[in-house]
Amino acid sequence: MSDTALEAGASASGSRHTVDPGRPEHPSGDDRFALVDTHLRRVHDAQDQLIETLHVAQDVFGFLSDDVLLYVARALRLPPSMVYGVATFYHLFTFEPPGEHTCTVCTGTACFVKGADDIVADVATAHGVHVGDTSADGRLTLRTARCLGSCGLAPVVVLDGVVHGHQSPSGALALLDGELGGVR
Amino acid sequence: MSSYPWAAGYIDDGDRPKIVTSRFHLEDGYTLERYQATGGYDGLRRALAKSPAEVHDEVRGATILGRGGAGFPAGTKWGLMPADKYPRYLVVNGDESEPGTYKDRLLMERDPHQLIEGCLIAAYAAGLAQVFLYIRGEMPLAHERVGQALNEAYAAGYVGTNILGTDFSVDIVLHWGAGAYVVGEETALIESLEGKRGEPRLKPPFFPAAIGLYGQPTIVNNVETLSNLPWLLVNGMEAYTAIGTQTSPGTRMVAVSGHVNRPGVYEIVNGTTTFRDLLYGDEFCQGIRNGNELKAFVPGGGSAPWFTPEQLDLPFEGRLVGAAGSMLGSGAIMVMDHTTDIPAAALTLTHFYAAESCGQCTPCREGGTWLERVLSRIVDGNGTPADLDQLLEIGESICPGAFPHASSSALGLEATPFPYKMTTICFVGPSAYAPVHSALTLFRSEFEAKITRRNSIPVTAVHATPETAGAH
Ligand SMILES: Cc1cc2nc3c(=O)[nH]c(=O)nc-3n(C[C@H](O)[C@H](O)[C@H](O)COP(=O)(O)O)c2cc1C
Ligand code: SF4
Ligand code: FES
Repeated sequence: MSDTALEAGASASGSRHTVDPGRPEHPSGDDRFALVDTHLRRVHDAQDQLIETLHVAQDVFGFLSDDVLLYVARALRLPPSMVYGVATFYHLFTFEPPGEHTCTVCTGTACFVKGADDIVADVATAHGVHVGDTSADGRLTLRTARCLGSCGLAPVVVLDGVVHGHQSPSGALALLDGELGGVR
Repeated sequence: MSSYPWAAGYIDDGDRPKIVTSRFHLEDGYTLERYQATGGYDGLRRALAKSPAEVHDEVRGATILGRGGAGFPAGTKWGLMPADKYPRYLVVNGDESEPGTYKDRLLMERDPHQLIEGCLIAAYAAGLAQVFLYIRGEMPLAHERVGQALNEAYAAGYVGTNILGTDFSVDIVLHWGAGAYVVGEETALIESLEGKRGEPRLKPPFFPAAIGLYGQPTIVNNVETLSNLPWLLVNGMEAYTAIGTQTSPGTRMVAVSGHVNRPGVYEIVNGTTTFRDLLYGDEFCQGIRNGNELKAFVPGGGSAPWFTPEQLDLPFEGRLVGAAGSMLGSGAIMVMDHTTDIPAAALTLTHFYAAESCGQCTPCREGGTWLERVLSRIVDGNGTPADLDQLLEIGESICPGAFPHASSSALGLEATPFPYKMTTICFVGPSAYAPVHSALTLFRSEFEAKITRRNSIPVTAVHATPETAGAH
């Protein structure tokens, strides 16, 4: 899935979900499931709320592990195959833990004609990371996205949820250096 | 570059009528306070003072063409619902993902109350019980602003039960998309709202107006289409149709990107503004960058066949553009100057549509993938002359018969008008072919140049060593 777009949910300022105080510990031993439960109760476990529930789960856990997908499937009384099928259909859901920082380069047409491919190539080489992957030290996840709706600012690079327009390969590398504290 | 840094991308100079962007110059135009201070919700009040049928007639009379791509008049669409089937729903298409299109995002970020008011007017006129607002997942700011506006509107009594003291009640629900281009197609949007994979439904026989969300009659309208309604109700049908032409009244938002001096979103007069005005006009894009020559442009989003400088004098009028071999679509204009590598530009677009195929129809799933593979082979310099015919043959399996293209006096080509035939459920398959077909029809020599170069590599210069000889 090279065209995974930014995880808008995870980049929003802090999590929007809170646990009820005084609730008993979740049977799984992981209280984050309680946040998913709160959402499930709010939507009355309705099956058509699958996508919203996946959004919440990803917001809470950072990504969708097999355990989380199974948990959602059971809660909504849906076959796991359907939950997996829906989750993999949409670009925003990710199934691997992301790196500390996420750099998304738009490779839509407007950004392409302004040299997005060079940015991707230079970032990938400088940080030793393939598109769609996280660097070995877990510091940087590199993604490409379809048009982000900011074509007037092409080419566009999104670093940890912040949009940077009119980028160049050297500008993008400098941006990353600032955020990651230089290439090791 | 825009004079309003908070509305990055939107450009407004010159003295043009404004229907949907009238609050973009205000930094706080998205708040209820500012919206009310600038005439907000007056359109709703006027609508509620009339009967639903009168409001519907006014919208029908104004001929607001759908701004989502198909250009179908909104008033006519609302009239297609079966008379006795309730509840009926309104789905707002804010999934804007067509390459190059970024106008709906601005409308949601800069003037969310205008959209909400538009939804309420539509719901009143067409007897719709509930509104589902579907916003693309990659637009967190739009989501936040619309959500905030919705809370304000509920608190102020504009949305909910007994709106403004009348017996008109409607709820608006926000839905956050999860990223998939094909979900912009209206029946896929409905599937996605139902919590499923966004795969378009086969239609005919049943269009959403008859059987839509949860099996009920459903109207799907674009964000910009609905944002026109408050202005229409305040200023009336005559004022609306006085702008633009009879068949394309009002204004429309266009998003220009690529090699122009001033890319951005502009609100232009529909029907009369020409592509030349837009690309070269002082109040618009101010010409091609570095004084370069225009090579080609995409007139209506990535799915549209391409135009060359010969088509610059066409106005934004659906029927004329259709006859000239393309479409206005979502109002995205992508400009390529003479330095553009045409086969490579076509490849990015084809790659996009091939990757976004939902996989239901074989011609789209397989054909799109093969178009991309053959094209990238050519772009990489590994193409053979047979590949060019191969591309057209794959295209024929997606769109049998003549495919629309622009005329070219240099090549002695007549235009082939819109529309085309297709073997797929939705337009994603044909869209993967459109850039290939345009590029190959209008710029064949560039493809041939890439192929010739490859075939002229002197083969004898490569020395076979024991290792390389056995390498493959
Ligand atoms: C593949 C595909 C993608 C589409 N994407 C969008 C979109 O992102 N936004 C939109 O408003 N309409 C989109 N449309 C058009 C919708 O199907 C539908 O015609 C439109 O939302 C109707 O609204 P309107 O009549 O107000 O234009 C798309 C159509 C297709 C076939
Ligand atoms: S044309 Fe492509 S995207 Fe559209 S329904 Fe068929 S397979 Fe899916
Ligand atoms: S193509 Fe990159 S933002 Fe549109």
